[in-house]
Amino acid sequence: MSGLHGLHAVTRRELAAYFASPLAYIFLGVFAFAAPAFAFNVGRFFDTGRADLAPMFDYLPWLLMVLMPALAMRAWAEERDRGTIETLLALPVPLWAAAAGKFLAAWAMAAVALVLTFPMWIAVNYLGAPDNAAIAAAYFGAWLLAGAHLAVGQALSATTHSQVTAFVLAAAAAFLLTMAGLPFVTAALAETAPALLVEAVAGFSVLERYEALRRGVIGLQDLTYFASLIIGGTAAAGLIAGLRRSGGK
Amino acid sequence: MLSAEALVKRFGRRIAVDGVSLALQRGEVLGFLGPNGAGKTTTMRMIAGCLEPDSGRVRVAGTDMAADRRAAQALIGYLPEGAPAYPAMTPRGFTAFCLRARGYSGARLKAAAELALARANLGAEADQTIATLSKGYRRRAALAAAIAHDPPLLVLDEPTDGLDPNQKDGVRALIREMAADKAIIVSTHILEEVPAVCTRAIVIARGRVLADAAPAELAAQARSGRLEDAFRQLTAEEAA
Repeated sequence: MSGLHGLHAVTRRELAAYFASPLAYIFLGVFAFAAPAFAFNVGRFFDTGRADLAPMFDYLPWLLMVLMPALAMRAWAEERDRGTIETLLALPVPLWAAAAGKFLAAWAMAAVALVLTFPMWIAVNYLGAPDNAAIAAAYFGAWLLAGAHLAVGQALSATTHSQVTAFVLAAAAAFLLTMAGLPFVTAALAETAPALLVEAVAGFSVLERYEALRRGVIGLQDLTYFASLIIGGTAAAGLIAGLRRSGGK
Repeated sequence: MLSAEALVKRFGRRIAVDGVSLALQRGEVLGFLGPNGAGKTTTMRMIAGCLEPDSGRVRVAGTDMAADRRAAQALIGYLPEGAPAYPAMTPRGFTAFCLRARGYSGARLKAAAELALARANLGAEADQTIATLSKGYRRRAALAAAIAHDPPLLVLDEPTDGLDPNQKDGVRALIREMAADKAIIVSTHILEEVPAVCTRAIVIARGRVLADAAPAELAAQARSGRLEDAFRQLTAEEAA
């Protein structure tokens, strides 16, 4: 029972903390502006001549790669820096609940950010008759991708006192996870590494998994992939934060 | 209410706590004294369940901390060193967060938070963000969160550090008021507050207990009959 109380308390506190500082508004504002801006300028939204959101979803991984680490960086680094991790460790709350609460709050923020791109969705529906089920699948994929970056970012945030370090580490991890599947990386690898390794590296890429969902295909393998990153990252965050209990000052 | 047996903690090669044992009953206020780096905070962190001892054990009202940490922690109110609190929250919000994590909700949560804020004497500052509060009020905010669930055991790490004389008196009065039905450990390096608040005092240095007695008995160990001299004498012997 205490686990659920803790989960509820931490999720609520984290959400309130986002909105107590300008961070939430800046984050949501930047996202709501940048996602369509990418679609219009880089994705040539109007030039495609099609009524779908492909121009936006093509560029979302690049936006998420930068913005999700910014959302994840304070999760544990701030607790360590301010000493409030002691308060958390003294509460009768299991660490999985604290880690899950922090993740859920951040993931909810990501959901709000994605919802804020709704004018784009209205626009394509006004301009034509897009496949709304496919669009929903693509949104779902983007949300899963955001969750993967957040979970990994929060685990890295638990390793440091410094939010800046946490951001750099999380951005580097997000970059690697994104780049692993790009043709120029796999091609460069293919020259020296065995095919099996190339395949493994490409298979690790979030881009490849996101791609299927972006096209509207929800596959069990891709869901498992994102779920393991999310659960693994969140569990790692809890475990790393708990190391403080067994040793380090 | 509390029994700690032969607690040992090492950080790397340095031994921070070296076999500390203590027992505490309801109605007692134990002053935990020692020079900086003596192992006071490390011992208190182990009692609060924030740090696992390398050996030894902590029991709170018979519940073993290692075997059932959450049940033991439910009985403890802990004010960590430096009284940390989330700067973006208000003292009211922070107290409510700690209560919610302990399973409080609705009217029960509200009443407990209200009482704790009043006891810690927060006044109108209860609704200001902690980042904008003075050090004294921040300490009171963390104190309110620590006492809000009315725990039978309080572990307070330097609760009066950084307070002005009036605020110190306020916190001491609160500790005396709560002492009747609780067991309280207070660490301090302000010796003058020991006779004013504590029914017993433990002196530790280099992780070991050097003395465990009533403040008056402790003071009597010095030729001058002053607690300061007894403390100096005890800790100097250890250093030599």
